[in-house]
Amino acid sequence: METNIKRRKAIINWINKNKGLFFILPWIIGVAWFQFYPFAKSFIYSFTNYTLLNQPKFVGLTNYIRLFTQDMEFWPSLRVTGIYALVVVPFKLAFALLIALILNMKIKGIGLFRTLYYLPSILGGSVAIAVVWKILFMRDGAINGLLAYVGIGPIDWIGDPKTALLTICILSIWQFGSSMVLFLAALKQVPQSLYEAAIIDGAGKLQCFFKITLPMITSILFFNLIMQMINALQEFTSAFIITGGGPMKSTYVLGMKLYTDAFKYYKMGYASALSWIMFFIIICMTLLVFRSSSAWVYYEDGGDF
Amino acid sequence: MTIQRRKLKNKAINYIILMAVAVIMLYPLIWMVFASFKNNQEIFQAALIPSKWTLSGYINGWKGSGQYTYATFFKNTFLMVLPMVLFTVISASFVAFGFARFQFWGKKVFFAIMMACMMLPNAVMIIPRYIMFKDMGWLNSYLPFIIPCIFGGGSFFIFMFMQFFRGIPRELDESAYVDGCSAFMVYLRIVMPLAKPAVFSAMIFQFMWSWNDFFGPLLYINSVGKYPLALGLRMSMDVNMSVSWNNILAMAIVSVLPLIVLFFTAQKYFVEGVAATGIKG
Repeated sequence: METNIKRRKAIINWINKNKGLFFILPWIIGVAWFQFYPFAKSFIYSFTNYTLLNQPKFVGLTNYIRLFTQDMEFWPSLRVTGIYALVVVPFKLAFALLIALILNMKIKGIGLFRTLYYLPSILGGSVAIAVVWKILFMRDGAINGLLAYVGIGPIDWIGDPKTALLTICILSIWQFGSSMVLFLAALKQVPQSLYEAAIIDGAGKLQCFFKITLPMITSILFFNLIMQMINALQEFTSAFIITGGGPMKSTYVLGMKLYTDAFKYYKMGYASALSWIMFFIIICMTLLVFRSSSAWVYYEDGGDF
Repeated sequence: MTIQRRKLKNKAINYIILMAVAVIMLYPLIWMVFASFKNNQEIFQAALIPSKWTLSGYINGWKGSGQYTYATFFKNTFLMVLPMVLFTVISASFVAFGFARFQFWGKKVFFAIMMACMMLPNAVMIIPRYIMFKDMGWLNSYLPFIIPCIFGGGSFFIFMFMQFFRGIPRELDESAYVDGCSAFMVYLRIVMPLAKPAVFSAMIFQFMWSWNDFFGPLLYINSVGKYPLALGLRMSMDVNMSVSWNNILAMAIVSVLPLIVLFFTAQKYFVEGVAATGIKG
């Protein structure tokens, strides 16, 4: 009898102490249901020949081996994705930082420019803009019309394998708004006194930028770099709408290959293996950046996450 | 005098750079608006302003697939997006309250998992999710979009609310507890009313992202009658290819109009929201 009461007291005590668990319960269910379960399941699928029609049968490493050695699309697709990320991420960050630096100046009407510069990022991911991009960059589209004034072209932006990927890259770089806003917030945190001291010591503008500004915003740079990289390696919509992966697979990014294998040919097991390779690449790149961060990222609070 | 002059010159240069970049950046949008009032032949001429303004793009474009007009696509988009926004705000703030205000068993691990989920690439979960939704009979409905919002609503929003809640003084909670409030009442009556800016930011971002979402509907919605705008627009493009570009352009504008209106009426929350947590590209 007494032990019963004691136990009940202990339980009530535990519940009272762990009230927070009640609040995060929906999230725990959500994560288990929509993240962990699919995550584990795709790993299992990747070792099967599941096609939605048959029962999944374990085939060992066949999918992976076939991807690496027999699939004619895999390596070119990986290359295209790599080029895409290598072009988009640095340019996007550089533009975002450059514009943030300009917007950080105390000039009248700067709020208006901030709004205007952010606008493309609001709309950029939508199908509507991808459609506009397609029309703008067509052979007889408005971009070539403008270029004709300066005597260039006409360039077959979307039809030529050499420029199709570039066209998609430009669309992505164009949406630098959210990185820019983050940089802007970071720039505002840099103490003015540092600049004043530097100027007294005779530092020039460039010196101020490389010796003060850049080191002080590395934590945001780090964050932007990681998020943009993860996004770039999974690119899908713009390639799907604008070029459909072509011409000659020159924009056939891994995201497109994943979609085609899984939802056009229903090779679920095979596509799962591909998704795990993508996951592995993304994780490796992220860890690489994390590892290197101690060398170049400066945290005011000593880096406690 | 010379210093003043140099300052003035610098200022002018700054404005010129700002203007030039703005024009380059907004050119596609400006072009889009003007071109939607052109007739189809004129779209491919370099002149920006239409020589003859016409509304035919809007009138013909709105008809959509014939069977379904853009009114259907708009209705569908709202049916999908509005529940997502509502549930995300409720659920994410609820979870964030738990993380921000309580100590509990396993908190550090749970928090680490939540942050890690933010970086977990979607690509790796697409296939099992699709199969799961298919097995549950959720395909061709908006459940695959709405139900996950009920359960946490995503790490980004939880983290955003957490950051905001941290700025609300705990003394307010404590005095409410002294007065006999339960934890739930503190969440409802004290914290949430003070977190209005975070609520607005979350609403706006979820609205924008789910409005623009293309990949999700592409996978889960397969009957035209249930298409949201993103799919409707792509269908118009496939059907009208090389025929009537002005129809498609006009509908492209119409489909992002709610976003633009939202952006200009609530831009304060846009920029603040990104700056406060700063995720997503």
